[in-house]
Amino acid sequence: MKYLLLIYNNPATYEAMSEGERNELFGEVERIMDELKGSGEFVGGQGLADPSQSKTVRVRDGVPAVTDGPYAEAKEQMGGYLIVDTETVDRAVEIAASWPDAKHFALEVRPIMHTAGADV
Amino acid sequence: MTLDRSTEDLLRQLTPQVLGALTRRYGHFDLCEDAVQEALLAAATQWPSSGRPDSPRGWLITVASRRLVDELRADSARARREANAAVQADFVAAPADAERMADSDDTLTLLFLCCHPSLSGPSQLALTLRAVGGLTTLEIARAFFVPESTMAQRISRAKQRLRDASFALPPPSEYPARLQVVLHVLYLIFNEGYTTSSGPSLQRSDLTGEAIRLARSVHRALPDDGEVSGLLALMLLTDSRRLARTTPDGALVPLADQDRSQWDGAAIDEGVALVSGALERAPLGPYQLQAAIAALHASAPSSDETDWRQIVALYDLLGRLAPNPMVTLNQAVAVAMVDGPAAGLEVLAQLDGDERLAEHHRLDAVRGHLLELAGSYADARRSYLAAARRTTSIPEQRYLQDRAAALA
Repeated sequence: MKYLLLIYNNPATYEAMSEGERNELFGEVERIMDELKGSGEFVGGQGLADPSQSKTVRVRDGVPAVTDGPYAEAKEQMGGYLIVDTETVDRAVEIAASWPDAKHFALEVRPIMHTAGADV
Repeated sequence: MTLDRSTEDLLRQLTPQVLGALTRRYGHFDLCEDAVQEALLAAATQWPSSGRPDSPRGWLITVASRRLVDELRADSARARREANAAVQADFVAAPADAERMADSDDTLTLLFLCCHPSLSGPSQLALTLRAVGGLTTLEIARAFFVPESTMAQRISRAKQRLRDASFALPPPSEYPARLQVVLHVLYLIFNEGYTTSSGPSLQRSDLTGEAIRLARSVHRALPDDGEVSGLLALMLLTDSRRLARTTPDGALVPLADQDRSQWDGAAIDEGVALVSGALERAPLGPYQLQAAIAALHASAPSSDETDWRQIVALYDLLGRLAPNPMVTLNQAVAVAMVDGPAAGLEVLAQLDGDERLAEHHRLDAVRGHLLELAGSYADARRSYLAAARRTTSIPEQRYLQDRAAALA
């Protein structure tokens, strides 16, 4: 089963970190990525640019309105994502728990829909 | 590479035979598997221009052996000694009949190896499709909608885990349990491929067809095993409805509403014959019972004319033989057809509080169906919507939302 792990964080927190702390964080991320690639569970994932670089697009009466900044106004924003293919949801949660942002903020684990269907 | 269909089929049929012959002779399952894949690739690129060799099997074994020996030579001094010893064993001199006799046993031995209990479920599926099914890593990756690198890693890790496993059938004490795992893996491959994509799929990565092909090869090796026959029958009978179970635009059609003239009569005949034979001759098992239920559906001209009483009895037996909440769910539907929706809902009530189903959409979907039959439309609608929120299948969600909308 495939899961999307939405990584939430507040970029300001990481900006306030020392270089050593940040390196440690990147090291942890690298370790987890190596593990996921080695186990054949990694399907995809990317980091996202700062939320200030977001553009939010709304179409009303056929007219697009584009505003700068993220859709939801919150201190914590989605900072990246992982897609994993795991045997159980517990394993996906375990991966989320090992991700460093989970210590400071949160990861959301959400099943990805598929096109297979049982008999109805 | 463009191969004609008969060459492609031949190569895939020979894959487990060649791999079996190599592994039996040299050990090193992981290296043999690489060598066979390389030999298959060589065949696929060379045969179209040079023509198919007189003995395709011998050709593949020779090419794969050469690759393997090169690999072993390059490996280490220890491996070099093994390689030299192995090279002295002359393949061509081996009696051809004995080799052929061993083929179906080799395929079975390979299946046991690929479905080794030390491997994770996804690894068992992937390795079986590659080493026994002869699919490429890319084809398997596409079938499971993951990147090729992900699938390559799964396969390579599985092979590493098996590198020291012996190439032999499991001992008699483990045999029944290990065969169960093999059958379960084939069942999962079938289900994985049992998608809503309509029309007869002719792609190599058609997992449903692949599962049936593999189940046939197990059946050839173990023709008297009732559960093997049962599983093959179950697959054939389920797959016989492929064309009727979706509309041209991909929406699911429930069994009761399917156009039965679209069912595949040849597959039904074969499935019914298989399961009937198994039920007469072999000890009863869960796959045979499920196939028997599928056979009753397949032989009925319509939902109303189905022998629901017999289906209830079979589910009852299945529930005692292999208790499982999914069996209870299906039984509730059958009971409702015999004794009315209230009786079905009573069966369903047994599952309230069953943790294995608490998060599962099927419970709510069936409840919705039974409530609808009972005329409790508001409750039925709520159940359908709850099920729609829980399912992760897009066609199922669409179906459940449609049912809910029809009751609004």
